[in-house]
Amino acid sequence: MNTLATHAPVLLIAVPLLGAFATPLVGKLGRGARDLFVGLIVALTAALAGLLAADFFAGSGVPSIYVLGGQGLSIPLPSGMTVPIRILFEVDGMSAFMTLITALVTLAGAYFSFSYWRERSGGSMYFSLLLLLTAGIFGMELTGDMFNFFVFLEITSIAACGLIGFRVWLKKSQEAGFKVMTLYTLSGLFVLLAVALLYGQHGALNMAFIASQIGTLGVTVVDKIALGLLLTGLAMKAGAVPMHMWAPDAYGEAPAPTSAILVANSQASLYAVFRVLFTLFGIGASIATNGWILIVLAVLTIFVGVTMALVQNDLKRLIAYGAVSQIGYMLLGVGVGLVRRASLVVGGAALADKATALDYGFVAMQGGIFHMLNDAACIGLLFLTSGAVIRASGTRDLNKMGGLAHRMKWTTVFFIIGAFALAGIPPFNGFASKFLIYEASFKLSPFLSVIAILSSIMLLAVFVKAFQGAFLGPKVGLAVDAEEAPLGMLVPMAVLALVVIAFGLFPGFFVDTIVTPAAKALWYGRDAYIGAVLGGG
Amino acid sequence: MNVGNFPFVIAALLVVFGLYALLFKRNLIKMVIGVSLVETGVNLFLVMLGYRSDGAAPIYTYANAGERMVLPTPQALTLTSIVIGLATTALLLSFAVFVHGHYGTLDVRKIKELRG
Amino acid sequence: MGGISSGFGAWNPIAWTLLFLGVLVIGFFVRSRGRKDYKRGTDQTQPFLSGNAEPETAEALHVRGENLYWGMVHGLAEYYERVRAWHTGILNDYVAWFIGALGLVFVILFWIG
Repeated sequence: MNTLATHAPVLLIAVPLLGAFATPLVGKLGRGARDLFVGLIVALTAALAGLLAADFFAGSGVPSIYVLGGQGLSIPLPSGMTVPIRILFEVDGMSAFMTLITALVTLAGAYFSFSYWRERSGGSMYFSLLLLLTAGIFGMELTGDMFNFFVFLEITSIAACGLIGFRVWLKKSQEAGFKVMTLYTLSGLFVLLAVALLYGQHGALNMAFIASQIGTLGVTVVDKIALGLLLTGLAMKAGAVPMHMWAPDAYGEAPAPTSAILVANSQASLYAVFRVLFTLFGIGASIATNGWILIVLAVLTIFVGVTMALVQNDLKRLIAYGAVSQIGYMLLGVGVGLVRRASLVVGGAALADKATALDYGFVAMQGGIFHMLNDAACIGLLFLTSGAVIRASGTRDLNKMGGLAHRMKWTTVFFIIGAFALAGIPPFNGFASKFLIYEASFKLSPFLSVIAILSSIMLLAVFVKAFQGAFLGPKVGLAVDAEEAPLGMLVPMAVLALVVIAFGLFPGFFVDTIVTPAAKALWYGRDAYIGAVLGGG
Repeated sequence: MNVGNFPFVIAALLVVFGLYALLFKRNLIKMVIGVSLVETGVNLFLVMLGYRSDGAAPIYTYANAGERMVLPTPQALTLTSIVIGLATTALLLSFAVFVHGHYGTLDVRKIKELRG
Repeated sequence: MGGISSGFGAWNPIAWTLLFLGVLVIGFFVRSRGRKDYKRGTDQTQPFLSGNAEPETAEALHVRGENLYWGMVHGLAEYYERVRAWHTGILNDYVAWFIGALGLVFVILFWIG
């Protein structure tokens, strides 16, 4: 049955790609035509992502594949087995969840850019790079093939660094662009090395095939080297400490709406870490070690991220360190889940039985995965608000701003909502996911829970500092005649704030509908993932 | 001819030299060369995965019947990777040009305004 | 409608919001029972800065963002000196941390795990 939803995986990549290359042409017709065109493309992409998610989550929940090529073409291998020649997209619960996050953040970021980008030239290139970044992120989330993943990873690296260094008249953005590009390229090369090792070991690039081979043959030394390279390279792109130092430079120097989309980029790399750890290497005696690596990285990230945020004077670097810290919460939730899953597998329990709210490993995974969505919405909201603040006060230094709350009331309210939600204050959505992470990690080790809670409180302190510096007090400097942000900036902020409030007031509905299938897809969905591609078994 | 493990050793050496350049060299251009060396090492590794002893180029036209061929897939992967490497090196070098224009120097130890 | 439950806890934001509104109502009720001889705009509402004169310009009056939490940063000074010193801006150090973490992950994977 061929509906639009079955073609959604490839359309989600093709539509932004078409938009990216057509935008400079349409831009020749003028600014209004370009804005209209980009707005249509982004709206269409978001609608496709919503359609894909609705089709998956309301449907059977079985992973579905989308194949380019391959139906009649097969090549015989020397062993006699025939392998179809094709490119594969595979949609399971976690992929569908990630596409929702990316669609939300891209929608908000692109529509905010229409009012934010006020330079007279270069706008077409800016939107072109933005759509290219979006296409790359969707590709990373939907692909079922390791080398295809590497290609999309590099697409996002190049587009992201192009956006970071876009404003070439600013000194620091060029420095940030060079540093981030070097690190992204190096991590991409390590990922390629790992893909090459896996190809040499197993003879295929298809994730499901490699997963089934590792399942039947066990994990060899070459597989372990590949695992180490993939884990570190992708965790670096996600922003785990101690490899996080590019993140404040990148998020701080990119234009404000782009910082929000760069957070979605980091989360897509985090999704890839989870895909590698749960689906590719999810069987074997040593998966507990992988979980503990994640937990160590998580604790470091949470603590160093938030403490470094406290001493920043630049508003966007402060929010960037907060974003780094939140990545640690996602790593913590999923790491605890992985450790618990390892002990269940070794103990011989059936994983499907334990996929309820009664097992702390599954609850931790729900918390970590739900936090990805909450963090994307909250950090997106905070970056957009910071864009409005920087426009109004003309500076990024917290020591030179002040008193914006007198005139910019809506921006203040949105900043408070984003800050409270991220710090985990009830009743916003950050509390719902952090509640799950605190309770579940407490059962593994109380120390983890203590670090998580204390860092949440310190994050509130960080945002109180930013709030005081930017909004409270008498009007200072350019804030004397600052006005409220234009409507084109307020509406995307309002959309994200609405998401924050809605997910906070009705967490049960969203956890049951969206998060639990994603967590289940990682927890025990490995066989279903492999079966969708290799058929049967 | 049997090449043994020699190309893999060379690929590993290239990666190590590239990492050395990235870690210990100060000039921005030398760091870009380091990235390029790592990429060359990985590409060499990727191509060597397909090699079969006494294999011919994987082209069916005018090939002898039953001839042994090297695997074509790694060659396709390497071509893709080389093109990606071209794009990243171009972007890195253009950033280096702008950095030099703003800072006046290519010494990475002096280009540290973004710190802390 | 709406709560989530972890293994041994539950969270229902609708119930929490209703409770919060109830507490706000009680708070406003208590406030309304207070003194009514409070006049705005007179000396009763001027800020008291320990007897000092209020600064004239806005720049002198505003507590800057950097000045908040100086006590906490001062208390954790040993931690901050070390960790801030690690965040040099130098690209070689960024790559060094990356390779170091890679080495550590390999050690954990092969030696311990």
